[in-house]
Amino acid sequence: MSAREEVLARIRTALGETRAPVPEVVRDYRQAGNAPADAALLALLVDRVEDYRADVLRCGPEEVGATVRAALTRGLGEGWAAADVVVAPGLDAAWRPDGCDVDDDRPAVQLADRAAAVTAVAVAIAETGTLVLDGSPACGRRALSLLPDCLVCVVTVDQVVAGVPEGLARLDPVRPLTMISGPSATSDIELQRVEGVHGPRQLFVVLAG
Amino acid sequence: MTAVHLGMPGLPTAPRGVGHLRGTESFPDAARHELRNGQLRANLGHATATIRGKRAGVVAEVPDWEQLRAAGKAIKAATMARLDEHLVELERQVTARGGTVHWARDANEANAIVTALVQATGTTEVVKVKSMATQEIGLNEALEAVGLDVFETDLAELIVQLGEDKPSHILVPAIHKNRAEIKEIFARTIPGVDPELTDDPRQLAMAARTHLRERFLRARVAVSGANFAVAETGTLSVVESEGNGRMCLTLPDTLITVMGIEKVVPTWTDLEVFLQLLPRSSTGERMNPYTSTWAGVTPGDGPQEFHLVLLDNGRTAVLADEVGREALHCIRCSACLNVCPVYERTGGHAYGSVYPGPIGAILSPQLTGVEDNASLPYASSLCGACYEVCPVAIDIPSILVHLRAEHVEAQEHPTAEALAFRGLAKAMSHPRLWHLAQRGARLGRLIARGKPTLPNVFPPPISGWTRSRDLPTPPTRTFVQQWTEEHGQ
Repeated sequence: MSAREEVLARIRTALGETRAPVPEVVRDYRQAGNAPADAALLALLVDRVEDYRADVLRCGPEEVGATVRAALTRGLGEGWAAADVVVAPGLDAAWRPDGCDVDDDRPAVQLADRAAAVTAVAVAIAETGTLVLDGSPACGRRALSLLPDCLVCVVTVDQVVAGVPEGLARLDPVRPLTMISGPSATSDIELQRVEGVHGPRQLFVVLAG
Repeated sequence: MTAVHLGMPGLPTAPRGVGHLRGTESFPDAARHELRNGQLRANLGHATATIRGKRAGVVAEVPDWEQLRAAGKAIKAATMARLDEHLVELERQVTARGGTVHWARDANEANAIVTALVQATGTTEVVKVKSMATQEIGLNEALEAVGLDVFETDLAELIVQLGEDKPSHILVPAIHKNRAEIKEIFARTIPGVDPELTDDPRQLAMAARTHLRERFLRARVAVSGANFAVAETGTLSVVESEGNGRMCLTLPDTLITVMGIEKVVPTWTDLEVFLQLLPRSSTGERMNPYTSTWAGVTPGDGPQEFHLVLLDNGRTAVLADEVGREALHCIRCSACLNVCPVYERTGGHAYGSVYPGPIGAILSPQLTGVEDNASLPYASSLCGACYEVCPVAIDIPSILVHLRAEHVEAQEHPTAEALAFRGLAKAMSHPRLWHLAQRGARLGRLIARGKPTLPNVFPPPISGWTRSRDLPTPPTRTFVQQWTEEHGQ
């Protein structure tokens, strides 16, 4: 008997010949709602993201490009060069710093040579301060939001939802998803939190609209 | 030799001689060494108190926590009730999206599968994401035995690996080490480490970053575990903090994920429950910094070869026990460790298994057969704190009692405790014997020499009771004597 057949046979033995009915799952927790993001929800997102010691920059829909550049100045210091910055291939052209590098099909490890990356997000979850990137052209491949040490993510208000159930309901589970809640961190030494281990040490969220 | 789970329909438990589910000594013996380590107790006391406080704070802000907990429990119970169907669906979905699914009856088979897959790539280095399943089966030892270099990339796992130590906590495996000890390990073992390295946690974390960066960038094969696998979509998930997981899941050409069969959940919607329960229970954060999900292979993004190894290693034996199977619901958050008064004092090593604390006390003996971890069901005061914090409401105290009963019933000869209670029952049902026994007990006052408790001078088997408990000095007069004097016959 193959290992597959044997493990499945063991499960059938363990569960017995006459199986008990499947217990009902009651989902009376807070479920996905479709209320548009109001000011309170946006304030909650900002509070939660900042609690992870990430920086939030708010701007109007027309000011995204300038705000992204401001975030890069905070992260990289004055005098950063556009060539230090790599952006997701599908990022809105108006949001890109002039002359920046656009990710292409180069080997992923080469992205480690760039100081900062700029991407969009698929969803932002206010209650947990979580950004979700879904590998779409605007979000870029997973290595893009991982290797450069400074990450700038642009969130538009229509992408903000209240809780985890609303967030997951908007996502495609077949795409490679990365949920980001603050900068990379560890608490492995005496449970003291240190931001920035292997992932980006700095996270900037540009909240537009 | 494979031990057979007692009273079950003969399903094989985790084999001996491989992996890390059995200690070399019983829990009370191991605990006695650990309790002498004052540094360990100080480190643990500080760490568990910190994390308990953080967890309590973030759990309190979720208004529907109890509803989420009940849903988590129900989803797990519903999954176990049709585990075979969900695994077959998971296999179908992962395969349809370009992955390859392997099945392993036990630790030896899983190790052999992973070793062969790594060797087939021609590489000699493997980077690893922290994973309980691969620790359980001793995968690192198996890979090293054929000459492969294995790099643990989680900071705490790295500390444990470089210190040639063993993990002592599910979530923070180096919880027993303080910053000064970690600094010493790094200074001694990391080649080219900054000689000015201090014990500041930030500096230590940056030393680990530098040490591992190059290995991530050149890695061709990674091995991970999985926190969840969604049957209906074939989506795997790893929950982490540092980004080492993302490095391993994203940069190598080949990804091999080893997952216990109980980690499957039926639907994508189910994750909305567990992604709320796990981070708050585990690190005490609203959400962990990084959660990655992937389904099979995505062209142009991440590893182009994906293998999923589904591991039994005694889990089906646990499933066969209708009471004990709830232990399979565990999502490895480690909240039960942090609240356990026994764990807080002994630390994780005393449990002898990669699964320490209350969950380990019910999981390890079931995976190995209770005769191989017979002391673990007793490693608890049954206070119930573990049940209260468990995000999927596993009734750990009841399972501990269930396993104790199973252990007692399996004894071929009566234990000293059983004999003592048999004698006591006899004495208590015969008034004359009872009075005689009480008078005899009064002799204990001679040994007490006026102290309120008796000194620990008894030979076995009585010493088995008295070495960790105080025996009060018998009173000069028994209750019956006092009653008779005050109220007459």
